[in-house]
Amino acid sequence: MTGRHIPEGKRTTMTVTNPTGQRPDTGPAAGARGRAPGAAAPSGPARGARTASKRKASQLDGSTRGYVSAQDWRNPRVRMTIKTLHGILLVLLLVVGVGPMLLLAKYAITPTQDIIRTPLAIFPNGVRWANISEAWNDVKISRYFLNTIWLAAGSWFVQMLVATTGGYVLSVLRPAWGRIVNGLVIATLFVPSVVLLVPLYLTILNPPLIGTSLINNFFAVWLPSGASAFNVVLMTRFFDGLPREVFEAAKVDGASTFRLFWSVVLPMSKPILGVVSVFATIASWKDFLWPMLVLKDPTKQPLSVRLPAIASQTDLGVFLAALAISTLIPVVFFIAFQRLFLSGAGLGGAVKG
Amino acid sequence: MSSSGALRHTGGDAATGGNHTPGTDGPRGGRGRRRDVVTWVQRGGLSSVVFALPLLLIFGIFSWWPIVRSVIMSFQKTNLVGDPTWVGWRNFEYVLTDPDLPNAIGNTLYFALLALLFGYPIPLVTAVLMSSVRRRKGLYSVLAYLPVVVPPVVAVLLWKFFYDGAADGVFNTILGYVGLGPYAWLSSPSLAMPSLVLEATWAAAGGTVIIYLAALLSVPDELYDAAEVDGAGIWRRVWHVSMPQLRGVLLITFILQIIGTVQVFLEPYLFTGGGPAGATQTILLMIYDYAFGRSLGGNYGAATALSVMLAAFLAILSLVYFKLTSGWSKS
Repeated sequence: MTGRHIPEGKRTTMTVTNPTGQRPDTGPAAGARGRAPGAAAPSGPARGARTASKRKASQLDGSTRGYVSAQDWRNPRVRMTIKTLHGILLVLLLVVGVGPMLLLAKYAITPTQDIIRTPLAIFPNGVRWANISEAWNDVKISRYFLNTIWLAAGSWFVQMLVATTGGYVLSVLRPAWGRIVNGLVIATLFVPSVVLLVPLYLTILNPPLIGTSLINNFFAVWLPSGASAFNVVLMTRFFDGLPREVFEAAKVDGASTFRLFWSVVLPMSKPILGVVSVFATIASWKDFLWPMLVLKDPTKQPLSVRLPAIASQTDLGVFLAALAISTLIPVVFFIAFQRLFLSGAGLGGAVKG
Repeated sequence: MSSSGALRHTGGDAATGGNHTPGTDGPRGGRGRRRDVVTWVQRGGLSSVVFALPLLLIFGIFSWWPIVRSVIMSFQKTNLVGDPTWVGWRNFEYVLTDPDLPNAIGNTLYFALLALLFGYPIPLVTAVLMSSVRRRKGLYSVLAYLPVVVPPVVAVLLWKFFYDGAADGVFNTILGYVGLGPYAWLSSPSLAMPSLVLEATWAAAGGTVIIYLAALLSVPDELYDAAEVDGAGIWRRVWHVSMPQLRGVLLITFILQIIGTVQVFLEPYLFTGGGPAGATQTILLMIYDYAFGRSLGGNYGAATALSVMLAAFLAILSLVYFKLTSGWSKS
């Protein structure tokens, strides 16, 4: 079974994901419940690696040595150079990263004539809040917004169901055929998604077991989203790092397989549940091609599909207000859960590697 | 699943349920098989299957079978009314002799090349600089990652507005301040592709920055200490300590970026629809047109044949790449 004996490097990335920032070594010793998985670190080199990775996790905001030493920082010339470079970088990041967002926010409340004639002037003829209300009510952004949320919620549920139960089987229950399933799941990581496009579309047109076309049905988006090997791999690797003694103890106490899953494994896995939830929701919010293919009824379509369709027949100011509305939720989500996002992004690289 | 369980839970006498024996079953009679089933269930075999059901069903129907079916369909003529018929290599011949194919391949490679030129060095330099920020590193990370969380469709539509070719378009206004332009951007055959790449880089670079930053921050301090003791200045520490430590990550992001950009769809589809004059027609756009395009459409055989060839190309490319670079990577 790949990933059963996790190499040290992989373990480190695992701990980095722990977005709660708990320090397992000093954490409340109130049983395994709610503790970070690192809490039950075995003795030996693994523990050392974990401590190192803890330090690493806190580096995102703290200061470290890095390639500039304390002595360099004391050198005024070096100090000035580096500080200047940091300043330039900050300005560039603000202009490039935040600039377009600020412009979009400005356009959302600017009269169309001003947007077209003087795109960079600051409200030469006042503010037009009606852009937003017209986008929300007249262009029916509210409906597409609801569709988007509904699609994201269902995709989240299916992905969590598949990833947690699948990870539980592959990591904790470990049946003999588990290694084959695991191999098949990992193999799909190497298949470009475009290969799936046409056959998956035909499957939705004529699905097995159900017998009726799933076109224009939200299940056409929800169910395929569950086939995410990435989620299953993340979940399996995290479960692999949980202390098996706790499982044995629960079994001795007479916990059923379901009880072990629901009351022991899941509560211990909150960090990874958070990461996978963020991935699932954001991926669903971003998805375009697939919902466009299977949800042909405009009243069922999410924002990502609807926005390009309404672009040409909508007043520019109102349209840009619609764009702003659909950006708001992901950005607010990101600001609120930035730690989860950023650790997830770093982890994405680690797993793909 | 072992077939010889030393179990005293015999009980039954009738040979029922022999077919339910999972895994290997020995050459024994019905009695033995019955015992196997009981053993298997008692050891949690059944609950394993129950817990695996969501994964097996979802992956089976929506991943494993479609992958296999894609290969099958590339040798078939499929239409939605009748049964598919086998056509041998004809779909592949059709695709390979399509007069649009060379242009699409060229454009796709051009996109990938430009994306490497724009998108490979910038995140690296950004991450190296960011790693030496002592306070508010979090702020830098958030700013760098912000474009990644903007929904891609919104980003493209917003940039499409920025790229307005008129003199008072957003980018043309800004460039006008320094006396440049106006440029036609998306409606210029030579500028259209670089415009798409610029937006795509803006949308994706933040993710790469965070990956590099995580790798840079995990470089052991001792290495820098040792280099400093040996008299290496800051620049040489970056070049001779940081970069070699990043080598593995850099090698992987390189090939992953190529694999990703070769499959570009959203930008050409929404920005230009392949135009002007086919200047942004890409392979994925062709696959889409074969299968779902308005004028052609329904040519599922050609679409799957092209996507299977693309997947095979990417697989071979990755294999060759990892063979070539395995000697460079020390870990």
